[in-house]
Amino acid sequence: MPDLAAKKKRPLWYNLNPLKLPVPGLVSILHRASGALLLLGLVWFLFLLDMSLASEAGFARFRGYVGHPLVKVFLLGFLWAYLHHFCAGIRYLFLDIDKGVSLGAARASSYAVLAVSLTLTALLGMGLW
Amino acid sequence: MVERTIVGAHYGLSGWLAQRITAVVMALATLVIVGGIWSASPLTYAIWKSLFAKWWMWLSISLFLLSVMLHAWVGVRDILMDYIKPTAIRLTLEVVFLLALAYYTIWAMQILWRI
Repeated sequence: MPDLAAKKKRPLWYNLNPLKLPVPGLVSILHRASGALLLLGLVWFLFLLDMSLASEAGFARFRGYVGHPLVKVFLLGFLWAYLHHFCAGIRYLFLDIDKGVSLGAARASSYAVLAVSLTLTALLGMGLW
Repeated sequence: MVERTIVGAHYGLSGWLAQRITAVVMALATLVIVGGIWSASPLTYAIWKSLFAKWWMWLSISLFLLSVMLHAWVGVRDILMDYIKPTAIRLTLEVVFLLALAYYTIWAMQILWRI
């Protein structure tokens, strides 16, 4: 019969730092972080949309505002957040219907999500800058 | 032995499903909106405004904005449930985000009605 007191004294290893985060894990936490970032940015996007559609003067102000280099850097960050959330989200929709759930496929699609979102951010960023 | 009374097995399913449906709606709307903005040039106020007045653009942006509110609510609720353990703080933050999203929804509708 197992001794419960001895069982409770078993060493527990809670330090997870020596474990390497697998790529699907990285995509997952970035999906969550980018989602949180986009929610915090939502008020700003609504503000920009409102300003751009309000009037001729508002549109001119909007053009000047998004032309500012610092604003562009922020927009670039949000662009990456959106693209990562978009690509990773599509990956999860496929995983939900049991497509690409094998280890090899899941790893490959994780790398694809990171690569596609970063490449699209670079391309769209260059085009919009 | 853990004594548990299970009175239903659907908890969270509607939120989970809503998050997926709104995700698909937003993904499709994104393509329409990006395509619309891409085709609009030169980007003057008149062209920008008339672009948003086109029925397919207006429909896409409306569906997108309504979806994003619901989608974000399910997402932020998941995050708060995972990381904020004290009930009082979690409930307070949930109310804050819920009120913010409700306000954003009204604001988004105001923007859309004005177009």
